[in-house]
Amino acid sequence: MTWEIVIGLEVHTQLSTHSKIFSGASTAFGAEPNTQACAVDLALPGVLPVLNKGAVERAIKFGLATGSAIAPRSVFARKNYFYPDLPKGYQISQFDLPVVGNGQLTIHVPASGKTEAHEKVVRITRAHLEEDAGKSLHEDFHGMTGIDLNRAGTPLLEIVSEPDIRNAAEAVAYAKALHTLVRWIGICDGNMQEGSFRCDANVSVHKPGTPFGTRREIKNLNSFRFLEQAINYEAHWQIETLENGGTIQQATVLFDPDKGETRMMRTKEEAHDYRYFPDPDLLPLEISPQWIEEVRTTLPELPQAKQARYVNELGLSAYDAGILTASREMADFFEATQRVVPKDAKLCANWLIGEVSAQLNRDGLEMAQCPITAQQLGGMLKRIADSTISNAGAKDVFRTMWAEGGDADAIIEAKGLKQVSDAGALEKIVDEIIAANPAQVAEYRGGKEKVFGFFVGLAMKASKGKANPAQMNEILKRKLAG
Amino acid sequence: MSLTLEDVKKVARLARLAMTEQEAQAAHAQLANIFGLIEEMQAVDTSGIAPMSHAQDVTQRLREDKVTEGNQREKFQAIAPQVQAGLYLVPQVIE
Amino acid sequence: MLNSSLLQLGAALRARKISSVELTQLYLDRIATLNPELNAYITVNPDMSLAQARTADERITQGDASPLAGIPIAQKDIFCAQGWRTTCGSRMLHNFVSPYDAHVVSQFNSAGAVNLGKTNMDEFAMGSSNETSHFGAVKNPWNRDAVPGGSSGGTAAAVAARLCAAATGTDTGGSIRQPAALCGISGLKPTYGVVSRYGMIAFASSLDQAGPMARSAEDMALLLNAMAGFDERDSTSLQREKEDYARELNKPLNGLRIGLPREFFATGLSADVAQAVDAAITEYKKLGASVVDISLPNSRLSVPVYYVLAPAEASSNLSRFDGVRYGYRAPEYGDLADMYEKSRSQGFGAEVKRRIMIGTYVLSHGYYDAYYLQAQKIRRLIAQDFTEAFQQCDVIMGPTSPTTAFNLGEKGDDPVQMYLSDIYTIAVNLAGLPGMSIPCGFGNNNMPVGLQIIGNYFDEARMLNVAHRYQLATDWHVRTPSGI
Repeated sequence: MTWEIVIGLEVHTQLSTHSKIFSGASTAFGAEPNTQACAVDLALPGVLPVLNKGAVERAIKFGLATGSAIAPRSVFARKNYFYPDLPKGYQISQFDLPVVGNGQLTIHVPASGKTEAHEKVVRITRAHLEEDAGKSLHEDFHGMTGIDLNRAGTPLLEIVSEPDIRNAAEAVAYAKALHTLVRWIGICDGNMQEGSFRCDANVSVHKPGTPFGTRREIKNLNSFRFLEQAINYEAHWQIETLENGGTIQQATVLFDPDKGETRMMRTKEEAHDYRYFPDPDLLPLEISPQWIEEVRTTLPELPQAKQARYVNELGLSAYDAGILTASREMADFFEATQRVVPKDAKLCANWLIGEVSAQLNRDGLEMAQCPITAQQLGGMLKRIADSTISNAGAKDVFRTMWAEGGDADAIIEAKGLKQVSDAGALEKIVDEIIAANPAQVAEYRGGKEKVFGFFVGLAMKASKGKANPAQMNEILKRKLAG
Repeated sequence: MSLTLEDVKKVARLARLAMTEQEAQAAHAQLANIFGLIEEMQAVDTSGIAPMSHAQDVTQRLREDKVTEGNQREKFQAIAPQVQAGLYLVPQVIE
Repeated sequence: MLNSSLLQLGAALRARKISSVELTQLYLDRIATLNPELNAYITVNPDMSLAQARTADERITQGDASPLAGIPIAQKDIFCAQGWRTTCGSRMLHNFVSPYDAHVVSQFNSAGAVNLGKTNMDEFAMGSSNETSHFGAVKNPWNRDAVPGGSSGGTAAAVAARLCAAATGTDTGGSIRQPAALCGISGLKPTYGVVSRYGMIAFASSLDQAGPMARSAEDMALLLNAMAGFDERDSTSLQREKEDYARELNKPLNGLRIGLPREFFATGLSADVAQAVDAAITEYKKLGASVVDISLPNSRLSVPVYYVLAPAEASSNLSRFDGVRYGYRAPEYGDLADMYEKSRSQGFGAEVKRRIMIGTYVLSHGYYDAYYLQAQKIRRLIAQDFTEAFQQCDVIMGPTSPTTAFNLGEKGDDPVQMYLSDIYTIAVNLAGLPGMSIPCGFGNNNMPVGLQIIGNYFDEARMLNVAHRYQLATDWHVRTPSGI
């Protein structure tokens, strides 16, 4: 029997509030060390925490977006341990009563190896609010470590999944879906380099039909690639250990991206006795049904709902709908473009997924940095739809627009890209071609339909490429038929 | 439940309090005495009683998400045991 | 001047019979003379106090009529005051100059009061005799061999010895009321949440409450007017209408129902204290009150419950003292763990370490339910006893402390004996109710006895009225220790 890998993820998302979860200090990234650590963040004697409404609002949004239970009453608890980047000697978190309860997330797992692309539902156990710790800087300060507490107190939503994930590809798909979602609903900027989105992976292996194995927790994975590599390495290591007759001890490990290995953390947190108890400085958090409804009205249409709508109402393929809803920016751009040419959703989709994405890719830009607006793109697509320009002409317009800006009509005018759709002029060209090529006309009429392409080529050449192709085809067919 | 000398040592480690063997033994005797007093609680039937964490039955007030605190590093670090380049220094942390 | 009430002092200042600078200097001189023996203050800073006095004089000249403008008030050294060394009675903070003001301190500052200095206290407010202070024990002004009580012992001694016009205290299990009783002054612990805890160094967050300590109920009403009120920086600060605590001072006491809890007059109460308290009850009956026999059956559990909950909260609250950002760091250490352990072991005194140990143990894995959760449940039973009692009476009275002041060193190395001296005060903190102690006579050794008055939630104005009427009819509160 083969081994089954069992994975649960704990994802720490920094919430995009202006101020910290329990103090009025700024959460902006990249400030000089300790310039954004106020009295509360430094845990000066006598200071007290007051909860940031913005952090709670974002937790509610997440709960709504994952169909989770939002606790009408939740409690903040202290998690006690000593660490220099934890100024109070405890982290304010939630333990027994988290703000968000059971929910779920549907993920798309792309094809890989033997497995086909598939959808999967990953259950979310809970999501709770807590504060981030500061940072330890290990550069050498005469053999000492420097502590920067700017990050201390930044709000985190820790999202805990059930152990529903079975391989690294699913783990990455889940993490990516979560990453998309938190940015989509605007609760986290998702910047993984800055640590806004960090994953811990609990990995164990067992034989199907037997109880789950002992898990080891891989801490602080801050890229999807590392997540994948770390899980693959860890699972492989565990299987090998067990097959060699060894046992797995519960442990916290770190992933070393240079070596591609996981290793035990050297700091042994003595038996993890965190001595959780309700924080007496904070009162129970009550969330009223009215508040939840207010927040619901601010929630954008979610990716899954959008996908379904694109397929059912706009007639897009599931594949296209998936790509267009991969990010909020993409979907917003698509919809804004589509508003300009309401009847041509498929055209919009093709261009966004095709030319626009390719060009962004080449230039190394994100959707948000796209040099052309949806208005510009829509304006051009409108001219394709009404046959003012050909596809070839459109590509020309697009390139110009991308490089120099300007609206489609002006570029078409300036470049003389307007198609010839004047039936009289086109008929005249066709008549001349038929007259000049009697042998090929005879072949065609004799049943050799491949010759049709020859006439199209001549016609386009004669019109200097401006002929409306559909119209030209129609005239050619009619006249060649005799 | 009786408190052992091992418990005393474990608790001292958790609380980051250094203790010699002698101190641990003295603490053990005193704590055992205090827990003798505390054990009186165990005789009380509290089934169905909700724990009381706060004196008042009120709920958490929320702060508007606004930045109200500016940089006061100089003032705060004037009272720090050891700082360099704006950082608090501690003996090397090994992860 | 030294025996004037705060109202009289305020009037004298506004009438320019004395300036704030003169008044402040008068107290500073007394402190210089008497403090070396009494040890009531940890820190005085004449420059800062006099600068504040000069500002107050200017305010008064410009017509400022704030009742506390120019009056020298001492602060328990648990309150952070910007620019002032704030030690909390601990070596851990022996060098901590606070970069910010506690809410209570800024309230007094904006009322124009003068900060006269920081009073001595049991280390981190953990103690009932003031003997745990890193800065040495405080002597009781009535008898220099006796303790002043604790933890606000410095404040109580300073008020009793007329080393300040009035002062602040904090009360987690009796730390205002017990030293007030032992030093023959008045002290009030308000309803939990009435005075902001911001900037008051935490001992047990769910029990700590600041309050006034003074020579009379009338003075306390004035102080509480300045101290009380909503503060958005403390999540447990209650949003209530501002009230004038002096508004009912003079109301007659006809019809007042006084509940006398049986459990407070049982074994363990010394006869001289019982006698003084009985006499006070008799006096109240003369003032028109009636007496109701009540029971607080779970109050006997308040000491064990308190010695689980308070140390648990304290063990966590005191984790921030790690030698990293402020306060004491051991001069020599090896690695990080060693730095933590040495700094904390050297920075904290024995009683503080003992309570950290208790608290860490009761919260640790496998013991939480049996200790912490069980204590929280009994806490509710204790609070419910009071709710039921207040159906039958308006205020509850009894002794504040089972004995008068005991001698320094008398309770020696037995923490349990020391803990039991708070047996009548602790239940009030667990319930979050307001409690008060006022002088009501003297015991065998001519040491003061305190009468405890417990009110229903937010009933401070009525309690002050009850105390004030008694103080109009008696003179215990104006008695002064000999040699003062």
